[in-house]
Amino acid sequence: MIEIENLRKTFGTVKAVDGVGFRAEDGQITGLLGPNGAGKTTTLRMLYTLMKPETGHIRVDGIDISIDPDGVRRRLGVLPDARGLYKRLTARENIEYFGRLQGLDEEQLKSRTDALIKALDIADIAQRKTEGFSNGQRVKTAIARALVHDPRNVILDEPTNGLDVMATRTLREFMRNLRAEGRCVLFSSHIMQEVAALCDRIVVIAKGRVVASGTPDELRSMTGEANLEDAFVKVIGSEEGLSL
Amino acid sequence: MSPWKVVFWKEVRENMRDRRTMISTFVYGTLLGPILFAGLIGLMISVQLDRAEKPLELPVAGAENAPNLIAWLKGRGVEIKPAPADVEQAIRTREEDVILRIPAKFPSEWREGRAATLELIVDRSQQKSEQTVGRAEQLLAEYGSLTATQRLIVRGISPETVQPILIADVDQSTPQSRGGLLLGMLPYLLILTVFAGGSYLAVDATAGERERQSLEPLLINPVGRGQIMGGKLLATAAFALAALALSLFAFAITFPLLPVEKLSITVNLGPLQCALIFLIVAPLALVGAGLLTSVAAFAKSFREAQTYITLLIIMPAIPSMLMAINPIKPDDWMYGVPLVSHQLLIEQIVRGEAMVPWQVAMSIGITTLVGILIALVATRLYHREHLAISA
Repeated sequence: MIEIENLRKTFGTVKAVDGVGFRAEDGQITGLLGPNGAGKTTTLRMLYTLMKPETGHIRVDGIDISIDPDGVRRRLGVLPDARGLYKRLTARENIEYFGRLQGLDEEQLKSRTDALIKALDIADIAQRKTEGFSNGQRVKTAIARALVHDPRNVILDEPTNGLDVMATRTLREFMRNLRAEGRCVLFSSHIMQEVAALCDRIVVIAKGRVVASGTPDELRSMTGEANLEDAFVKVIGSEEGLSL
Repeated sequence: MSPWKVVFWKEVRENMRDRRTMISTFVYGTLLGPILFAGLIGLMISVQLDRAEKPLELPVAGAENAPNLIAWLKGRGVEIKPAPADVEQAIRTREEDVILRIPAKFPSEWREGRAATLELIVDRSQQKSEQTVGRAEQLLAEYGSLTATQRLIVRGISPETVQPILIADVDQSTPQSRGGLLLGMLPYLLILTVFAGGSYLAVDATAGERERQSLEPLLINPVGRGQIMGGKLLATAAFALAALALSLFAFAITFPLLPVEKLSITVNLGPLQCALIFLIVAPLALVGAGLLTSVAAFAKSFREAQTYITLLIIMPAIPSMLMAINPIKPDDWMYGVPLVSHQLLIEQIVRGEAMVPWQVAMSIGITTLVGILIALVATRLYHREHLAISA
């Protein structure tokens, strides 16, 4: 479970994140929807401890990030916006490297890596060096790498960015499986259809603030729009920076 | 396994697979140095031997004015040949190194016992002809003093009357010390090797990691940044040490093959000396790794980092370069200064001079300490927020 309260972060004079707060529950997929530049990535970076918030609190499974950042990192599996692989290592070696850094022993490492390679359907490329991988193969390897330590909470920053239809479908299926395993899944997107199709709860962010949040039904009734996409446009106030 | 070891082995393994890193570390950094050096010395030797052994060719204008002189020169092995038509032109165009002109008034001056003028046409700005000119001057002076001695004896005067002092040149240099002079460049090459050897890995592990967008995921792992940077830094140092070891190995192999004894010098660069040099230079690997990672950390891209690092690699070699050109008298405090102490100690080893244990210990100790301090600064750098974030 992820709890965020009143986060703020400014870069110079720009208020990138201006009082964001929401909860993401276990066994649910929570979507962070907002146009490009709304503050989604900055919010997530503060959540996964890469940036320090100026104000506010973040708790993961009840652990405060400012008190035990390493404890929080162990409970998080993160696919960040930057998802570069080591191109001279094979997909498997990429995954194992992060597993070792997470402190897994060799036995756990092998069983977890095998399980993820199977679940993400990348057995055919596991022994290949990642140089020359397609976008989809790269993202899948990066996700396997992020989840190698079997975290309860999964954060995915724009996971389907640049993927083809087949890869997107596999990824959505994978996220549903994570939910079925009782994990807390939080992902960000600027694609309305994707958020509508996947999420149990939606947090809509614009200009660094949460402008609406709730289940799809709650959002529809709140705005009086029958179509979820119209509801999004209404709460954000513009279609700019969004995709269908 | 501790996280820093995980990072260390991953960096080593990944860079072993990179041909560019391997070539820049183990070919350019190591083999090229000794080969270049050996080639240079070989060239020096062959040029010197060539010049000294070849008979002197001397174009002479007006040879008919001094047949006795010409006969004497021929007797000393000089090959006399006719001078070109335009003597000055031939020197200016560097066709000839030196030309002897015997003026028409030479015979009359000679007979009357006055100082007879001989003209040597030379270009003093030509270093290449220095040796030839020197040999010609020496021969003519010898002929002059020979004649003077004969004239004095004829008049019943001891030749020593006109030679009130005699300068005896007592050279205190030994074959070993002359070798050290020649090898003043060795410390420079070895220090360069240490810095260059780790440079590619350092850039790849810091600026390269950021550029390929893998730094952010790496830092999300529940591992202290000191551990991550420590692993990278030690991997850089390990590559630097490997380059140093290989370079010394190559020096140890190439030196016995060089005909250095022809320059009447002795070079002490056997396995024992190489091992000793390795021990003394090794702490510099830590200094280099710390500096390289710190500098590369600030670069926004791989290329930018390489530009900074090219400058950084040359800088530590500057003291040794200066000392090779302009040797200084060693003082105790210098053994506490990294780079300077390395220059002095390596020269001592190669010259075969006795080492003072505390000076060696001071050099190793202080350099290690400086290395640790710089390494700590480098690991602290990555605690900065903006350094962690890609693009």
